[in-house]
Amino acid sequence: MTTSRVLVFKPMKSLLTTKFSRSTRFTGLRRLASTPDSCPRVCVVGGGPAGFYTAQHLLKIHPAVQVDIYERLPIPFGLVRFGVAPDHPEVKNVINTFTQTGQHERCSFHGNVSVGKDVSVEELQKAYHAVVLSYGADGNRSLGIPGENLPGVYSAKDFVGWYNGLPCNKDLQPDLSSETAVVLGQGNVALDVARILLSPLDILKKTDITVQSLEALAASKVRRVLIVGRRGPLQVACTIKEVREMVSLPGTRPDMRAEEFKGIAESLKDVPRPRKRLTELMLKAVQGSPAGSGTASRLWGFRFLRSPVEVLPTPDLTRAAGIRLGINRLEGSGEGAWAVATGETEDIECGVVVNSIGYKSLPIDPAVPFDPRKAIIPNTMGRVEQAAGLYCSGWVKRGPTGVIGTTMNDSFATAQSLIQDMGTGVLDISTVKPGSQAITPLLQKRGVNPVSFSDWEKIDSEETRRGKAAGKPREKLLEVEEMLKTAHSRGPETQCTQSRD
Amino acid sequence: MKPARPGSRAHNSLTPYVTGHRDAACIRSRQFSCYTRTLRSEDKVTIHFINRDGLKMTVKATPGDSLLDVVIDQNLDLDGFGACEGTLACSTCHLIFEEEVFKTLGPITDEEMDMLDLSYKPTDTSRLGCQICVHKSQEGMTVHVPESVADLRQPDVGTTSSSS
Repeated sequence: MTTSRVLVFKPMKSLLTTKFSRSTRFTGLRRLASTPDSCPRVCVVGGGPAGFYTAQHLLKIHPAVQVDIYERLPIPFGLVRFGVAPDHPEVKNVINTFTQTGQHERCSFHGNVSVGKDVSVEELQKAYHAVVLSYGADGNRSLGIPGENLPGVYSAKDFVGWYNGLPCNKDLQPDLSSETAVVLGQGNVALDVARILLSPLDILKKTDITVQSLEALAASKVRRVLIVGRRGPLQVACTIKEVREMVSLPGTRPDMRAEEFKGIAESLKDVPRPRKRLTELMLKAVQGSPAGSGTASRLWGFRFLRSPVEVLPTPDLTRAAGIRLGINRLEGSGEGAWAVATGETEDIECGVVVNSIGYKSLPIDPAVPFDPRKAIIPNTMGRVEQAAGLYCSGWVKRGPTGVIGTTMNDSFATAQSLIQDMGTGVLDISTVKPGSQAITPLLQKRGVNPVSFSDWEKIDSEETRRGKAAGKPREKLLEVEEMLKTAHSRGPETQCTQSRD
Repeated sequence: MKPARPGSRAHNSLTPYVTGHRDAACIRSRQFSCYTRTLRSEDKVTIHFINRDGLKMTVKATPGDSLLDVVIDQNLDLDGFGACEGTLACSTCHLIFEEEVFKTLGPITDEEMDMLDLSYKPTDTSRLGCQICVHKSQEGMTVHVPESVADLRQPDVGTTSSSS
């Protein structure tokens, strides 16, 4: 396959970044004078992309609104830090814009505050004119099959959290001692997992992947990753970019089954361009696929029309040894086709199973309506149904799908709804609300020590410093305790001494 | 939310990549323009942007700059434009060109097309602003900034593929 050259050039990038930071849209040092008491106060729950994009747009379209972002972890940016793959640094450029929002004179960040636990949504509603729920999708959809809980079976969310340094996943230590890994699901997360499992270490070691994961991957015996989906090639959920990365991943070659693509080429005529190009790329991979061709020792491939039926244990029942897949056939056609079980099955020997069938939002507080079937907060254009003053954006609003631009647009739309409601009087801003002045003492009383945006910048510079020493863009801190210690330290000197301990 | 990155690994390590003669020139002049911001006004190129509300914004652009540079430098009010800062990891700088101008824009890479495919309703004359360099021959051209979602006033329907 031809590798087209891309117009991305380091000096240009840095130049561009300078330009962005020079942009006057967000300039302005933090104003020393305090915000007028009478301004509208909005708080955003969740410091990921949805939260930051909502805050950004609120600040832009309203000249006086004060926005406070509450985040459970001591650090901002959510899945841009803990979801986006370490070898996708350019996606993380959105952090530059988020940082301008975090430093905005009418915005403050309160990290290390767990809404629903440290402070209730009701308490936030008392202190703010409006509360925007942007806390994302913290759960993983379960398979609901026997053997799902055996050692060797991991949720994609945990696996991704592990290589990206999410504190609660740092000790996952996935067992990578078998030759074949099976990833269930064919979305972009599934392809991220496959790519990380098969990437040459020389590529990974220059990224911000955690040092622990890098060591585990260096010792990994995984040589083949199969990416399993219940429907056919015309229904894969991943985007073409991710497939192109697999196709051009050094040291690997595709391991596909030509029979699964029978008749596909002929059916492409009336398919929309994106789907057509994606399918053509897969067909190209199939052609280069026959076993034995090429010298690459690592293999990746899609397996279509297969649904997981059971994780098969080792004879002593202690861990996963394989997976039984039910064979499906398709009914209907195109995007809306659905899988019907044929009753036949196929077993694949594998010691690692990663469940990547999707993330799932969880309810945060009994005071907030939640639709357990769709796993979202029921809303109309970001206005939470039957809950005046409550809004939502991002995955908790529309479900865990879409690229960064999707979340950006839907967050802008929620901000638009909220400001519109202020104008029409649907949202009452006539009373004075105390905002964080009421919440901060409450948190103090409960022994919670929030992390501000400038506190986070101390963590950031410590991580960058450690990364530089290791030839990486950053070495992430993995312990919440250490993050807090760094955030609340006096200055960089203190840090240097601490990190040498 | 996971847009991704051009397929080539080398790109990842930020190895200089050029698409061809034209783009190499674009990069050179981009660096050059960094030091000579005070080009005489007659060297500038007039470009009209039509924003999402149908409003026309006219700017004088420096040859060699990308259209993303132009939007940022001139502080054009286009929400969310250029989220990934010109690294082919999103499609927020999607622009629609006039057919005659489009033909002169040079070849499109697979990676740019991959991102355009993720944009909302790409057209036959769509390109990403970060990949297009201002050129004297574009004097007086009009580019449209298309809607980025179906309609902000309609309830959102998440249809894109699952991803992070």
